Amino acid sequence: MFEQLAMPLFDRLYNFAHWLTRNREEAEDLVQETYVKALKGFSSFEPGTNFKAWIFRILRNTFLTSRTGLKAATVQLDLQDNDAALPVENETPETILIDRTSERIMQEAIAELPVPFREILLLCEVEEMSYQEIAATLAIPMGTVMSRLSRARRALRSTVKEKLQRSSS
Amino acid sequence: MTHEPWIAQLDAYLDGELKAGEMQDLDRHLRECPACAAESLRRLQWKRTVHAAGQRYNADSGFRQRVQKSISRGGAGRISWRWPAFAAVAAVALVMAGLGIVQQERRLVRKSQVVSELVDLHVATLASSTPVDVVSTDRHTVKPWFAGKIPFTFNLPELQGSPFELVGGRVSYLEQSAGAELIFRVRKHQISAFIFQDRAVPPDFPASADARSFHLESWKQGDLRYFVIGDASAEDLRALRNLLENAK
Repeated sequence: MFEQLAMPLFDRLYNFAHWLTRNREEAEDLVQETYVKALKGFSSFEPGTNFKAWIFRILRNTFLTSRTGLKAATVQLDLQDNDAALPVENETPETILIDRTSERIMQEAIAELPVPFREILLLCEVEEMSYQEIAATLAIPMGTVMSRLSRARRALRSTVKEKLQRSSS
Repeated sequence: MTHEPWIAQLDAYLDGELKAGEMQDLDRHLRECPACAAESLRRLQWKRTVHAAGQRYNADSGFRQRVQKSISRGGAGRISWRWPAFAAVAAVALVMAGLGIVQQERRLVRKSQVVSELVDLHVATLASSTPVDVVSTDRHTVKPWFAGKIPFTFNLPELQGSPFELVGGRVSYLEQSAGAELIFRVRKHQISAFIFQDRAVPPDFPASADARSFHLESWKQGDLRYFVIGDASAEDLRALRNLLENAK
């Protein structure tokens, strides 16, 4: 039962782990440890609840207690999550075209984001999790999901913009 | 007109997280406001770029096998050594079931990707300032326009006496296959009808689905696969489906 639920998520978990650790070996260790922990704790998983959010949460918590994760957690961030409305931004860089160059710039920009921004963007845009699933995975309230996601998007737009300006100058 | 309250909702709209009423209000606004529609399209393209860029890393197959083995070992510990034959049969059954589930999962993922792609195409049409390449309410103008542009032909229904109005059409692509997108209007709702060759679509594609507050109906007719998608009522979509199915 565990294998049937967990193995189809292997590629997704590995991709997420590699983004978090930014290193192949560490990503492999993280995924391996996640599967071991998840298998051990499988009896605590409630059937009918969201298995994907459950195993992603294990991976993310395991990462946070790893050396790289602890280092990432100590970085001071301007991350005051709150529900206060952010000023509206309507300047999505228009120069983003879906080609190899923009994909590379986008990948660099995602990799440079602080972990809390990187992880929430990946869960939303790549894993296509609902806000509720993200809240369950990151163990944060829905309001925080929305405000953090908004900040993460803003940070990504600004990083990409800078990179595009630098590459064109 | 102030755009800010609408633009503030765009990300949640594209994430499919607005309530049905809010979604409809924003849909309506996007149809009337080119500036917000253009920003919506930009954000949709941005989301697609992030999605593609984020799928970056692949594990090697050796690592996958190691993890799978370690899980299987963990499970095997619970099987009594007195029952080796049973354990072997159970293991084979488990692997077969696992393979079946993986394949089923892949099929499900592909189906949901197709639904998602169709929703994106429809949203892009709604957001576009030039939603159609051939603008005509006349089926005898729209149908011939596609000749030579797509690798098949299709029939369009007579709409007189029905609540539907043909707005026009454009060439669209699904899974690298060219097809037709026809835009219909019913009351204030816009509906996209897509026609592709059936091989562009996974087998057992659902006859209906809901995604991001849009309803979708799908059916196969000969070698073609039809989809109608929009925020109109399910009855309206079924009525349009009937018209398309019986077009001569």
